Amino acid sequence: MNVQNLNTVDPFADEGDPLSGNNDVGSQQNYIHIRIQQRNGRKTLTTLQGLPKEYDAKKLLKAFKKEFACNGTLVEDEEMGQVIQLQGDQRTKISTFLTDEGIPRATIKLHGF
Amino acid sequence: MASEEPLFDPSLKKRSKKKQVAFSEDPLGADADPTTPAPPIDDTTANGDAVDLGPKTVHEQMKQNGVGAEEEVAEPKESKEEDDLKAMFGDLKKKKKKKEIPLDLGEDASGTSTPTTTAPAAAIPAGEDLDFSDLKKKKKSSKKKSAFDLEAFEKELNESKVKDSAAPDDDDEVVPDGEHLDDIDEAELGDDVFDRGEAPTGLDVGTEPWLGSDRDYTYPELLSRFYASLHASNPSLLTSSGKRYTIAPPSIHREGNKKSIFANISDICKRMHRQPEHVIQYLFAELGTTGSVDGSGRLVIRGRFQQKQIENVLRRYIVEYVTCKTCKSPDTLLTKENRIFFMACESCGSRRSVNAVKTGFQAQVGKRSRNRVG
Repeated sequence: MNVQNLNTVDPFADEGDPLSGNNDVGSQQNYIHIRIQQRNGRKTLTTLQGLPKEYDAKKLLKAFKKEFACNGTLVEDEEMGQVIQLQGDQRTKISTFLTDEGIPRATIKLHGF
Repeated sequence: MASEEPLFDPSLKKRSKKKQVAFSEDPLGADADPTTPAPPIDDTTANGDAVDLGPKTVHEQMKQNGVGAEEEVAEPKESKEEDDLKAMFGDLKKKKKKKEIPLDLGEDASGTSTPTTTAPAAAIPAGEDLDFSDLKKKKKSSKKKSAFDLEAFEKELNESKVKDSAAPDDDDEVVPDGEHLDDIDEAELGDDVFDRGEAPTGLDVGTEPWLGSDRDYTYPELLSRFYASLHASNPSLLTSSGKRYTIAPPSIHREGNKKSIFANISDICKRMHRQPEHVIQYLFAELGTTGSVDGSGRLVIRGRFQQKQIENVLRRYIVEYVTCKTCKSPDTLLTKENRIFFMACESCGSRRSVNAVKTGFQAQVGKRSRNRVG
């Protein structure tokens, strides 16, 4: 009988970097930040920041625009690098899209209300 | 959205009033409810053994009596599952409902019928349930699992021996390992289980499917058995343990068309033991907006925000910067050393660094001409 509790686990062993997959990205903590900003009236703007380098932001933007039926643009920021801007509140849609494409959920940070 | 706020506000007042009334009534009615929820807290800290039979049996009775109340209680339990602090604000509403019940009873029949008064008493601790309770439970279980597996196994063996002593036990080799534990366990767990006859969780401890047959029991079966006996011996684990961490809901008003006012931010910051500046910084970073503090200490936020939205952000703030990641206790201190924030827990003594609040990318909103210099 296999008793799981008696398995020996070294508590001091290196558990490894959970984000080791995309370690080469120089952005802050490798998180993908999805934020929302209010515009005038009930309009909003969604920004996606910190996309790993192996993804082509331009193609992703195109896919977003088609999938979410919204407009959007690619903004170059001197600190944050390339930032995808989309019209409207697309936060949950973006995060489900990205997780469906195989980006781990732990690396995606959803901000805003 | 406008209809929500008036709904919420009066009830808030009601709640605070009721609480006061309840406390003033407490000396008058000897069996007033607010006193009763206290004892179960003590029991949980005990190391799992049956300390006090008195309150426990009462709890049991309450459980059985208050099955109707249990349906309401089920809601906080569900919310417990999803997120520790999610229920924090949501439960305020439910608590309000429950506070009303005991009050009416206290006024009408302060000492007439004990069963009716006990039922709401059962409801209160459940409503004020700390979400961390099940975390504690888990911790406890994981700690004791290795021991308990053996113990349950032991008990199994002994029971089977008692039932049919003639039946040969092929697993006798394992027995010597937990021999010393055996006596204690038989005393606390076995007796309790059989006295009660049933566990609060609804699992009958004595009627496991493998008892009759010769087959090996599976790990999930043992686990459910463990929980059943655990809850049977301390029912207070289910209903309440410790006090709930609650915060008054943020009161958000609209100023004009484009600004929201967060009126009770200083209260909330005090309650969380955090600097208002830090909270404000986080709020602005999360909401992607700006604002200022007005003369009376209220926060003016640019943009339209509803109470619910601010609540969500505050919840996340609490998860990230207030609750201890180790023991989930909310009494922590946030200190800044060498530009790094450290969170030190007051109850368990753990200390960890937390992320600084980062604003991130801010898109251009509004007129570009405003940003142009010169």
